[in-house]
Amino acid sequence: MSLSQTIDAPVGKLASAPSQPLLSVDNLTRVYGKRIGCADVSFDLWPGEVLAIVGESGSGKTTLLNCISSRMTPTCGTVHYRMRDGESADIYKMAEAERRYLMRTDWGFVHQNPIDGLRMTVSAGANVGERLMAVGNRHYGNIRNTAIEWLSRVEIDEDRVDDQPRTFSGGMRQRLQIARNLVTEPRLVFMDEPTGGLDVSVQARLLDLLRGLVSDLGLAVVVVTHDLAVARLLSDRMIVMKEGRVIEAGLTDRVLDDPRAPYTQLLVSSILQV
Amino acid sequence: MKTLLVASDVKKTFVMHMRGGVELPVVTNVSFSLKSGSCAVLGGPSGVGKSSILKMLYGNYGCDSGQILVQHHGKHIDVASADPRMVLAIRRDTIGYVSQFLRAVPRVSALDVAAEPLLIRGIAQEIAHQRARDLFAELNLPEKLWSLPPATFSGGEQQRVNIARGFITDHPILLLDEPTASLDAANREVVIDLIARKKADGAALLGIFHDQDVRNAVADHVIDVSAFATGKTAA
Repeated sequence: MSLSQTIDAPVGKLASAPSQPLLSVDNLTRVYGKRIGCADVSFDLWPGEVLAIVGESGSGKTTLLNCISSRMTPTCGTVHYRMRDGESADIYKMAEAERRYLMRTDWGFVHQNPIDGLRMTVSAGANVGERLMAVGNRHYGNIRNTAIEWLSRVEIDEDRVDDQPRTFSGGMRQRLQIARNLVTEPRLVFMDEPTGGLDVSVQARLLDLLRGLVSDLGLAVVVVTHDLAVARLLSDRMIVMKEGRVIEAGLTDRVLDDPRAPYTQLLVSSILQV
Repeated sequence: MKTLLVASDVKKTFVMHMRGGVELPVVTNVSFSLKSGSCAVLGGPSGVGKSSILKMLYGNYGCDSGQILVQHHGKHIDVASADPRMVLAIRRDTIGYVSQFLRAVPRVSALDVAAEPLLIRGIAQEIAHQRARDLFAELNLPEKLWSLPPATFSGGEQQRVNIARGFITDHPILLLDEPTASLDAANREVVIDLIARKKADGAALLGIFHDQDVRNAVADHVIDVSAFATGKTAA
């Protein structure tokens, strides 16, 4: 049985669960000249589900994330997304304007470095408000109030609303980036090492915040991380990548507690105990 | 009595790739069933594979072969071959689990840890928290701890948070991995009483208890895991 079959195994019917995936990735491949970025990756993501993509540096995690979030065109393979009207659309067959609108409204992307996801020289409030304006909000007072409400949800004091994020600490910048992404109530959020580069107490606070937001908002998330503890805390399912290919996939706690592939066993056995 | 779970010919081997692919056979031909309103106990010495069996039933360990059929929303589902979403649905509604050790999440209070299984089933927070408070009180967990994250609690305090978390739902099947190991005599009695009430409510329980008194008090029958042991002769 091949791995892609395992991941695509048919799902049993559940009365309360959504019956169709939000995102379907089929045989996605991206090559850089002769080198493989990622190859033959297939998986489905359901509404409200958190999927972690793990693997060491250079394993193709970020290439895969960029290809499924329409930030980088894959060499072959398809990505289908179920739009709000229930129709499934191939994201690489959409018009550019439609894809951009999707990215600004129904999707979010949280970068490892907040500088890549924020505008550093406009105020925190404007960073959050900008996404609201992109979906047609024009009333300044409403935008400002919503921005303040979101700052408090990510534990940033209201009196920082007019400050520029370059005056914020790393942890605050990351929380601001999260607020900016979630203000339009997206259904799908991509995250690239969202806690990378933060010290552990800041990381714990951010993870706790993310866990709460994901369950309150019912977000579907694809999170790339090299930190297996982050994957354990945030995700329901996990994909392990090595040299651009998926070598193991399944329920997060099963992959971590009963790893099968030699490489996954190596990764799990390399976790430092405190 | 209704049969809620049937394990048949379940086999588990660990392949240790870090040790040159050496195979560690754990159990083979594991076959038993769990019935509504009764508590079965896994017996046998340490290392014989009791915890591994519980973990396979919960979907935490994979099985090499065999079937674990569970009554889930009126259907028979094989946990051994179910996909991840189905395993999560079974854990949410059908199989509960009290693990030996609490996996504490930073910044999450004991109350939220214990209430979580109800919250993910869509129960209102006030009701879930009230239920958790009732269980904490019954388990004699000091009230000043309830709003604190359990990472710094003693072993016995953490275990009581874990027990509250496991017993808070009305899952028809409940797995218990040494739930009384770090408890004093008074709290062991509380757990014995909680188990008796679960049985009266029609749940099927399967546990590991090294404490002879607790085992005698709760066990309706003992499943001897030594019979499934592979003799530990690595291939």
